[in-house]
Amino acid sequence: MYNFNFEPVLAGFNQLLLGAWLTIQLSVGAMLIGLVVSIFCAWGKTSGPTPLRLVIDAYIEIIRNTPFLVQIFFIFFGLPSLGLRLSPNSAALFALVVNFGAYGTEIIRAGIESVQKGQVEAGTALGLSKVQIFRYIIMKPALRTVYPALTSQFIYLMLNTSVVSVISADDLAAAGNDLQSATFASFEVYITVTLIYLVMSIGFSALFSVIEKRAFKYPLSR
Amino acid sequence: MLIRAFGWPEFWIIVYAARWTIALSAIAFIGGGIGGLVIALARVSDLQLPRLLATGFIRIFQGTPLLMQLFLVFFGMNIFGFAINPWIAATIALTLHASAFLGEIWRGCIEAIPPGQKEAATALGLRYFNRMRYVILPQAARIAVAPTVGFLVQLIKGTSLAAIIGFTELTRQGQIINNATFSPFLVFGTVAAVYFILCWPLSVLARRMELKFSRATAR
Repeated sequence: MYNFNFEPVLAGFNQLLLGAWLTIQLSVGAMLIGLVVSIFCAWGKTSGPTPLRLVIDAYIEIIRNTPFLVQIFFIFFGLPSLGLRLSPNSAALFALVVNFGAYGTEIIRAGIESVQKGQVEAGTALGLSKVQIFRYIIMKPALRTVYPALTSQFIYLMLNTSVVSVISADDLAAAGNDLQSATFASFEVYITVTLIYLVMSIGFSALFSVIEKRAFKYPLSR
Repeated sequence: MLIRAFGWPEFWIIVYAARWTIALSAIAFIGGGIGGLVIALARVSDLQLPRLLATGFIRIFQGTPLLMQLFLVFFGMNIFGFAINPWIAATIALTLHASAFLGEIWRGCIEAIPPGQKEAATALGLRYFNRMRYVILPQAARIAVAPTVGFLVQLIKGTSLAAIIGFTELTRQGQIINNATFSPFLVFGTVAAVYFILCWPLSVLARRMELKFSRATAR
């Protein structure tokens, strides 16, 4: 019978919590920068010139049809031969941004396309100002449309960050790897790490749904 | 000579390694299909216990990284007295993972069938098994095809993580060749291209089916 030994895990628990904090920072950072990329690409895809549109299409298809692990290997090991040498942490952030950008673009584009022209015209007919139209008629419904997809993409991104540990970037999974190789309590370490991920993803989705209920109530609150 | 050049032989070694990626994806997809059906049925069951268990199962597998799931099965096998074997560990972990995701996808498809169908089938005297077999599931399957193909792409990409626990599939073969040739740009470019060739047609197919389906139901 196997004897579970959680003592080394408890001894290194602070290390794991620090790793969890790094994972949150990495995920939020990648999401924020990735959103900028997404908004730019969504604009390019809906109203940019044709060559730009083709490039963006190729970018989205390539990223969505190859594994994140291969993308990060390509960026970390492959790009130095083009003269772009990145530290593990910057390569991790870069890979996450590139990956998120491809998924985010489609989400943002759906949001932009969901606002119908008639709505804006109705707003004008009601005598709303430009700012009011943008705020209540374009932004709120568009955000409402993209919000659920965006938040679940964030959770997916956060779980995906665990892969960056393979190029020894700092995150929760890497903290788990360190603790594992120091203690050899492999199963105990990884079940703890997995539970921390579970707590984070449940926590974030709870937080997101509270925000959703507050921010996107119907009828629109002022 | 210590460092080999990256030439055609190395290229073909990588391309041939795709068969393990395909095999692993196929096993996990079939296993996950069976598991997913059980999970989906439990999730829409009238009984509370199966519903709760299925919800918990889905929550856990959708709320934790696939990499950790692989590690847990890999190191957990040791605890249950089995020798550590990357093949078996990867197969079990990916099957469980696919069961949870397909279960959740198919739950949505089953719930999309109007309740009138179930009521009508019940009124016709069909019991649970026949109601599901002849009325609900065939209709749900029609809705399910596109998202299921979409998930298959996810799964193929997911098998790359098996490389980290030492299963020699496409990505791991790429790492091995890269260690020998040290031309990461070509090696991982090739690996990515093979994945793309596997996944892209499926993505296009899924998108087409979705479009066709939404047109067919738009009327």
